[in-house]
Amino acid sequence: MLDPSYAGHAYPPALPYLVGREKIREFALAVGAAHPAYLDPEAARALGYPDVIAPPTFPIVLAGAGLESMVADPGLGLDFSRVVHGEQRFAYTRPMYAGDRITCTTTIEQITSRAGNDFLTSRTDMVDEHGEPVVSTWNKLVVRGE
Amino acid sequence: MELAPRTYRITRAELVRYAGASGDFNPIHWSDRIATGVGLPGVIAHGMYTMALVARAVVEWTGDPAAIVDLRVRFTRPVPVPDTDEGTELMVTATVRDGEPYPELVLTATCAGEKVLGMAVATVRALAPAR
Repeated sequence: MLDPSYAGHAYPPALPYLVGREKIREFALAVGAAHPAYLDPEAARALGYPDVIAPPTFPIVLAGAGLESMVADPGLGLDFSRVVHGEQRFAYTRPMYAGDRITCTTTIEQITSRAGNDFLTSRTDMVDEHGEPVVSTWNKLVVRGE
Repeated sequence: MELAPRTYRITRAELVRYAGASGDFNPIHWSDRIATGVGLPGVIAHGMYTMALVARAVVEWTGDPAAIVDLRVRFTRPVPVPDTDEGTELMVTATVRDGEPYPELVLTATCAGEKVLGMAVATVRALAPAR
């Protein structure tokens, strides 16, 4: 059972993540994202970006740390072996690009229970080295009842 | 307006590659033994891999690698990926609707005749890139 009083709980910011050109390439190739702006810095610059940009769902790579914070928090009571991914949302201020130094802050937005299952919605806000927003992502987990 | 469907083949090789690229090494995405042990029909695709393919379709439709302002999906059904050369196939379709200030694509993702996502919507800056 999740502790419902954790709604609104914010975890401390994760250590900054340095977005790398080759990590973006690896991710883009893994999902078949073939636009040259993901792979070729010149193509990205021609579109006005400082370096290759990340495909839309790339920020999930950074969001893993927020998930680990929740799993490692004994007070929350999140049993990861019972977790199913329910929903995911990304809201973008701008695309992430190579060279970004991104800080993620994860907040638990909502905890509910229905039909023996718990539902946990968390939000991870990602900001660049200037503190400017890049993307926020919402993750809803379903924790199956015993 | 309906956009032309996009189809993507998913084999075990794609899942292994996605696991490495994303850092999601949950064994239900590579071990039949563990997947069936938790009641799944076998290895299933990462939900985030399915979402990545949906995002890929939106980028291919718009031609703009940064077209998406907002993307949301609900994972309603697993995508089983058999250990065969053919694997499985995901079909992504979209209907365009007006939104304020940006147009929205109402998305479906279908595998083996069944919808695997619900409430899937992409908000995009424009349907064609501004040049």
